[in-house]
Amino acid sequence: MSVLTVAYALLFYAATAILVLGLASKISQYARTPSPLKIPTTPAPLTKTGAGMRVLREVVFFESLFKSNKWIWLLSALFHASLVLVLMRHLRYFTEPVPLWVLLVQPFGAYGGFAMVIGLLGLWYRRLGIQRIRFISAPSDHLMILLLVGIGSSGLMMRFLSRTDIIEVKAFCLGLLYFEWHPLPSDPSLLVHLGLVALLMIVFPFSKLLHVPGIFFSPTRTQPDDARERRHLAPWAAPLDNQRDA
Amino acid sequence: MAKAKIEVPQIKTKREMPSLQPGAMAHSKPYVAAPDHQKPLGFPGELVDNWEEKAVEKLRELLGKYRSLQVFLDSCVHCGACTDKCHYFLGTKDPLNMPVARQDLLRQVYRKHFTPAGKAFGGIVNAKPMSKEVLDDWYKYYHQCSQCRRCSVFCPYGIDTAEISMAAREIMDHIGMGQKYCNEIIAKVYKIGNNLGLPGPALKATLEDFEEDLLDETGIEVKLPLDVEGAEILLIAPSADFFAEPHIDSLFGYAKVFHQAGISWTLSTYASEAGNFGMFIGSYENMHKISNRIRKAAIDLGVKRIVFGECGHAWRVAYAFLNTLAGPWDFLDPKYPVPQSIIEFTHDLIRRGALNLDKTANDHMTLTYHDSCNVARATRMGDMPGGQLILPREVIKAVCNKFVDMDADTIGEKTFCCGGGGGILTDELLELRVKGALPRMEALDAVVKQEGVTHMAAICAICKSQFSKVLPYYGHDMEMIQGVHQLVSNAIQLGTKE
Ligand code: SF4
Ligand code: SF4
Repeated sequence: MSVLTVAYALLFYAATAILVLGLASKISQYARTPSPLKIPTTPAPLTKTGAGMRVLREVVFFESLFKSNKWIWLLSALFHASLVLVLMRHLRYFTEPVPLWVLLVQPFGAYGGFAMVIGLLGLWYRRLGIQRIRFISAPSDHLMILLLVGIGSSGLMMRFLSRTDIIEVKAFCLGLLYFEWHPLPSDPSLLVHLGLVALLMIVFPFSKLLHVPGIFFSPTRTQPDDARERRHLAPWAAPLDNQRDA
Repeated sequence: MAKAKIEVPQIKTKREMPSLQPGAMAHSKPYVAAPDHQKPLGFPGELVDNWEEKAVEKLRELLGKYRSLQVFLDSCVHCGACTDKCHYFLGTKDPLNMPVARQDLLRQVYRKHFTPAGKAFGGIVNAKPMSKEVLDDWYKYYHQCSQCRRCSVFCPYGIDTAEISMAAREIMDHIGMGQKYCNEIIAKVYKIGNNLGLPGPALKATLEDFEEDLLDETGIEVKLPLDVEGAEILLIAPSADFFAEPHIDSLFGYAKVFHQAGISWTLSTYASEAGNFGMFIGSYENMHKISNRIRKAAIDLGVKRIVFGECGHAWRVAYAFLNTLAGPWDFLDPKYPVPQSIIEFTHDLIRRGALNLDKTANDHMTLTYHDSCNVARATRMGDMPGGQLILPREVIKAVCNKFVDMDADTIGEKTFCCGGGGGILTDELLELRVKGALPRMEALDAVVKQEGVTHMAAICAICKSQFSKVLPYYGHDMEMIQGVHQLVSNAIQLGTKE
């Protein structure tokens, strides 16, 4: 087994551990922290189911962003939808036999890669070109786009320029899953691609990518509008009631 | 009063996206609270010794207490969707008035002290430790936010800058850097019962004068009862209704409605204030204490229902928080929601045909309606989502023949703040208030020119005071702003139904 294979295998185990544990700790932090007051942005649904649907619409359609800015909406919808497609396509590296639906998305997934990079470049263009957005951008915002563009374009290189032996890649991936390591092809684009993916997994729980769990815990969206019907006492706030005169 | 010299922004027919003017409002800040304003609220009198650590400590505490704060500080992706949504940014062009930039003033400290990325790579993620410079920026720019929540409507994660401003103000209060306007007012509530510091006997005398005025005007004995035990309804009005114009006219409107409906009601000296400034400073404890004055008054007077007068932020605390802060309301009549807004109350009477209204009494006006930010985006009226936008309009239409709405992007959930909400309705911030009113003034100007609108109605004490003050800067008469119950008061035909 080459040093390279061992290094990448370990890298992916470490990255996965960081991603899973990091996210789990953030999610449990969000879940543990109370919301002491009712603060849904109104008009809001009156029931929990309604609020759940509202969150779903945010996740699937980016409802608020659509109200806000059609260009950002279009570009980020393009990026996120393509990303989902591309991720689905990649499932073939982790499944044997490959499920039918994963086979069916293969052709779309390939072009999804282009759409994803186009979406990202569009967002970057806005970040650089629009004064307001440039002003609020931190170096990390640019780096995050670069990282994603790097992942996308190295992936596209392998698909359309210097084709990689995907049978070998699949063997490596399955090997990781089943702890039976297989050698990793030493293709430069592949190594870059996988390295950047591991990096993305590692930074995920420490970066603005926390918007992914965040949206499911955002009180202005998740709370139903039922303030007059139900008290909403947080454990830390409840003892204050003992101090009142009446 | 003479107008202060302020460069009033030009009204454009099409809203222009301002180019950034960094530092344009760096001189704007409210007076700092004196020890006398701080201590009754439980805050240190002046900047404490190790305030940097104390501020970080308080932030840690708030992160554990408020999910909103924790999630909002983590989730922003700097997409920029909110950057052009704040009226203060549109009116002042100061980039730190873009909602995300305002949030980042706190987020930079959060990142530095609480996140691995900020600790390890501060420069890359714009993390900064707590410092004098940061505190100065906080003090300036968290007092250039009216907590109107407009940004939260447009953010893909619902990030509400109001929550961040409240947290920042709470931290500043706890290190002894409070804001005079809000804290002085809260201290008055504790001492006297209302924001104006109007003592019981003075309030009683004022109400008696008003009863005489009403008798002269209508020939009918319309009462303004105070501290009447056993009344059906406890009315909680913003104290501005007792002394300011046009607020008083709405108070007359409530009184006439109660009179015609034949329902007994009372005001309370002890809880003579609807506004709860505890919200503006993000202090749960103070909000709780102020709210429970209402609970006590309701119990002491033995009323069956609680109704709130016209006030936007008061309605937010009343509608969204009061049950949590001062409930449960099991001693009140379960047939009615607690509390009700006077708009819901009057709307219900109108629907049941219990009021005799003559719309022609308002024929000299063409009305439009300003949705107050807190009502529109933080509360509800009636039993369906969005009722807070519908009910006030239905009341207006029931008492006026001529009504037109402003541009759809400036009303409803997208309404622009009057520019004076969130605890900044103070003279030293007048420049901010005038400039922050720009988007509303543009939309108003359009309907004035195109639809012949002569007056704008509102249901918020702050909106009314703010517009009375800033309308003249934009070339309008201060009387252009009307209370909704002022219109009801004009139209109601007393002596015909009761
Ligand atoms: S809450 Fe209102 S005033 Fe504050 S930043 Fe958001 S839009 Fe501006
Ligand atoms: S819209 Fe929300 S996520 Fe986007 S920059 Fe503003 S606060 Fe951040």
